[in-house]
Amino acid sequence: MSSPSTNADGAVQQRQNRDVIISVRDLVVGFGDRTIVKGLNLDVFRGEVLGVVGGSGQGKSVLTRAILGLVPTRAGAIRIFGQDRDALAPTERRILEQRWGVLFQNGALFSGLTVKQNIQMPMRETRDISQHLMDELAMLKLELVGLGPDAADKFPSELSGGMVKRAALARALALDPELVFLDEPTSGLDPISAAEFDELIGTLQQTLGLTVFMVTHDLDSLYSICDRVAALAEGRVIAAGPLETLLESDHPWLKAYFHGVRGGRLTAARIEHKDEEWKPAPTTR
Amino acid sequence: MTVAAMGRPPKFTRQSSPEGVRLSLSGDWTLVASHRLEEESRRIVEEARGDRLIVIDLAQVSQLDTAGAWLINRARHDLARRDVAVALEHVRPEYSTLLEEAHYRAFDAPARPNFNVIFVLLSDLGQSTVDALHEFYRGVSFLGELVSSMIYVASRPHRFRLTSLVAQIELIGFRSVPIIILINVLVGGIVAQQGIFQLLKFGASSYTVSLIGILVLRELGVLLTSIMIAGRSGSAITAELGSMKMREEVDALLVMGLSPIEVLIAPRVLGLIISLPILTFIADIAALFGGMIVSWWYGGISPVAFASLLKEAIALHTFLVGIIKAPFMALVIGLIASMDGLATKGSAESLGQQVTSSVVKSIFMVIVMDGLFAVFFASIDY
Ligand SMILES: Nc1ncnc2c1ncn2[C@@H]1O[C@H](COP(=O)(O)OP(=O)(O)O)[C@@H](O)[C@H]1O
Ligand SMILES: [Mg+2]
Repeated sequence: MSSPSTNADGAVQQRQNRDVIISVRDLVVGFGDRTIVKGLNLDVFRGEVLGVVGGSGQGKSVLTRAILGLVPTRAGAIRIFGQDRDALAPTERRILEQRWGVLFQNGALFSGLTVKQNIQMPMRETRDISQHLMDELAMLKLELVGLGPDAADKFPSELSGGMVKRAALARALALDPELVFLDEPTSGLDPISAAEFDELIGTLQQTLGLTVFMVTHDLDSLYSICDRVAALAEGRVIAAGPLETLLESDHPWLKAYFHGVRGGRLTAARIEHKDEEWKPAPTTR
Repeated sequence: MTVAAMGRPPKFTRQSSPEGVRLSLSGDWTLVASHRLEEESRRIVEEARGDRLIVIDLAQVSQLDTAGAWLINRARHDLARRDVAVALEHVRPEYSTLLEEAHYRAFDAPARPNFNVIFVLLSDLGQSTVDALHEFYRGVSFLGELVSSMIYVASRPHRFRLTSLVAQIELIGFRSVPIIILINVLVGGIVAQQGIFQLLKFGASSYTVSLIGILVLRELGVLLTSIMIAGRSGSAITAELGSMKMREEVDALLVMGLSPIEVLIAPRVLGLIISLPILTFIADIAALFGGMIVSWWYGGISPVAFASLLKEAIALHTFLVGIIKAPFMALVIGLIASMDGLATKGSAESLGQQVTSSVVKSIFMVIVMDGLFAVFFASIDY
């Protein structure tokens, strides 16, 4: 675990001696006669927050699901924690799957279980610990993600959108994974909740030493917590690197994204205050 | 936090010296160790009898996660309550962040109500009685709403959802035809076979035809069809409406100023009411056909003889008794299925419960209705 650097040069330096936690090579994924991901290459380094951006329907969720093994791939190799998932025996694969946590786009909480039971589900199924400790850990995780104890015994249908995301994050973190996948964690949240959520992810990332793979549309998230950004278009990664390199890119989509009507205002504001504002992750204490 | 999949188990060693006790923790203090982790942390507290000062040395800890940090903090808290001073040593910076985030706080366990079995039993009984009455009341009011919305639609034919109705008739009626034919041919055959064997003892095997004709037309055709449709279409209606309820689609209709009863339920119930008599008719024919084949095969009654015997045994009213029941059965099935669907709560579990209850209740009600009709027709001598 390395402490986050405060400038981009530092980040580049550090990355060279970090190990690769996910490596995707020449990945092809399609449905029927449509190919969505066409020969995609991507590396995720240990301890970083990688933001994945791209227009709607460009295959961000499909890429995430392919890495998670939820959709079949047509070609290419995906290595996670240095292991080729397809070559693993089922038991080894299960152990590998316990080392990551996933926050699905709409939470995917189990509707028949309370929030607390949702968080305890992975603990109960894979670890042999007392109910008392499970209760304490579930409450601790709830507090870590910023939910009050009164949310513990609520059912998912009784939660607001933001609470669902937080509860789902708590469940994703139940086993203290090394790697967390977040699919649009802040979409559907108001700007204040979204900012809080970003900060939360930043704090947890530092405390728990997480590697975060985050699909997002939220420019604020990119600016505030991502160490590196990968932009997806036409089924490939068209650019990957610290945000600044992407800001200077000439690719038409990136130009429109960062310098368009909405992005442009924010980008201008951020560049002006870059020295104070640009941090890979907020320092919280 | 580099994790080798199976790490070293968490351990600690105790060294007593004049200044105090030193606990050197080592291994992976993570949840991977499961109950080993809990036991070690409990031993830390248990073995501290009479100590004044304990230094916990984390230098050898190869991994620490939230659970490990929590248990160390809980042990510290428990020791402090026994007036043991505790200090941590050689805490790596990343561990100290984690230890701080997972600092000890009491989570009050929610008070578990203590209960008495007899008390719970009685209260359950009372509750289900009240629930059953409520349900009956809701059923009647739902029927009222349904009828009034149907009358409303009938008075404004342009609001009639013909497409939707036709789709329901296809789904409920048309697609059930093969299975209805299949089971009725089989049941007709079975009744014929038993009739021939049993009546042969009295030398009256030709009465088999009367048996088949009356039993099938009055009771079996409509009963089998209704039970089949309750299982097949009633469950589908409950599941459809239930998942629409879960995803707020019903609320979406309400806020558009549309009535779910008019938009969703009326076409389904009407579809059932139109389909069930037709299916019953098909079922009657299929069962008679099955009976005829078996009579020919086992009893040597030729189809021509079968037809003329059947003509003597039954009259139009035999057939009508069966067919008149069909729309009422359809109404009961539709009513129960839609009511249970709309009563779904937010969870997948509740949807499952509603579908089960819908099928069980509608089959039960179909049989009860059939009994009531039997009493009714007997008393009017029809
Ligand atoms: N299960 C599926 N079957 C067929 N097409 C799919 C499936 N899942 C996604 N797609 C298609 O893949 C494309 C990328 O989808 P997605 O990854 O969800 O987009 P986004 O980048 O907005 O997350 C879309 O055009 C979508 O229609
Ligand atoms: Mg998506």
